[in-house]
Amino acid sequence: MPEQSLWTIFINASLVNNFVLAYFLGICPFLGVSSKLQTASRMGGAVTFVMLVSSVCAFGIQALLVAIDAPYLKLVSFIAVIASTVQLVEMFIKKVSPALFRSLGIFLPLITTNCAILALALFQTNKGYSFIQCIVYALGAGLGFTLALVLMAGLREKLELAAVPDVTKGTALALMIAGLLSVTFMGFGGLGG
Amino acid sequence: MAEPSNSSTDEFLKGLWKDNPVFVQVLGMCPTLAVSNTALNALAMGLATAFVLVMSNIAVSSLRNFVPKQVRIASYILIIATFVTVVDYTIQVISLDLYKSLGAFISLIVVNCVILGRAEAFASKNTVALSIMDGLGMGLGFTFALLCLGGVREILGNGSLFGAQLFHDAFQKWVVMILPSGGFFTLAGWLLLFNWREQRKAKKHERAGLSFREEVA
Repeated sequence: MPEQSLWTIFINASLVNNFVLAYFLGICPFLGVSSKLQTASRMGGAVTFVMLVSSVCAFGIQALLVAIDAPYLKLVSFIAVIASTVQLVEMFIKKVSPALFRSLGIFLPLITTNCAILALALFQTNKGYSFIQCIVYALGAGLGFTLALVLMAGLREKLELAAVPDVTKGTALALMIAGLLSVTFMGFGGLGG
Repeated sequence: MAEPSNSSTDEFLKGLWKDNPVFVQVLGMCPTLAVSNTALNALAMGLATAFVLVMSNIAVSSLRNFVPKQVRIASYILIIATFVTVVDYTIQVISLDLYKSLGAFISLIVVNCVILGRAEAFASKNTVALSIMDGLGMGLGFTFALLCLGGVREILGNGSLFGAQLFHDAFQKWVVMILPSGGFFTLAGWLLLFNWREQRKAKKHERAGLSFREEVA
């Protein structure tokens, strides 16, 4: 629906249909990088940036593919663009902040396989958004992802000190928290209209 | 891989149970959670993923001596994306309903970490035959895990399995199990079960003084 207002798109992407908690996209970094608050917020920043760039690129590619009538190349070209954007961000972070580079570790190159980014490119094409709408959508999705990551990291930092049974340590506990967060985010339903 | 003595049956079995991609390695969470709301979706998604996994393992393994190290990840991703496009169009032909209910998640098989993980960790270092067995094992292990999740969620959330009604009409459906949060809770439950088994086994070993490897095998 191209008539949607920009604000609606933003709220929808960031809260109502939060990429992590409602669509299950980007669960791997969500579980992997969410043990420290600082790392989590920077990871969110990196993902948001990659989302913005790849969203703009995906818009251009889609226009091109429609022009040359080759829809079957969509997936291959989207993923190629995302992979190169991630490479760019990786080199940039390595240069600017080696400490951050080390703390993100393997999860930085893995942004390539972060489903949230590819999904964003696919969703915006499916929904037929205009250029401005694409940017707002990417921004909303990126901020929503960051929000989920930061909330999760905050909770997990507190839980470090709690005495939980041995069996629940690690991923199982993280998933239960994620489930509770997801229930909370359901409360935003209907906000975007 | 350091030990070339591993037989192909071992490679096949390790994916199914010992190194199950979902329950043990905790990889490929996104499609696992997103499409496991019914058993049928879970089965279709699992098989589609298994197909892509086997095909990409074959391709990566046969090209392993030609791809330069610097561009390997990018080439793997392109190989995977090609096969996913094939699957995407195939499912569309077989069943449009299924295609609609799986939605964007068919395309998102590209970014399933299990597939790239196997390409990088196994297929790029092993022969084609071993890679096929590895792909099959991991793929079926993934399908099995998806079915475990999908089955539980469909039974509790909808009172049915593969669309067949299991309970009397009076059964109160747990709607939350079909919703996103149900996925998180169900997976957490399965992981708890696996952790508990591991711990109990470890304790038993401590008491009996056996080596840990024997029992696992």
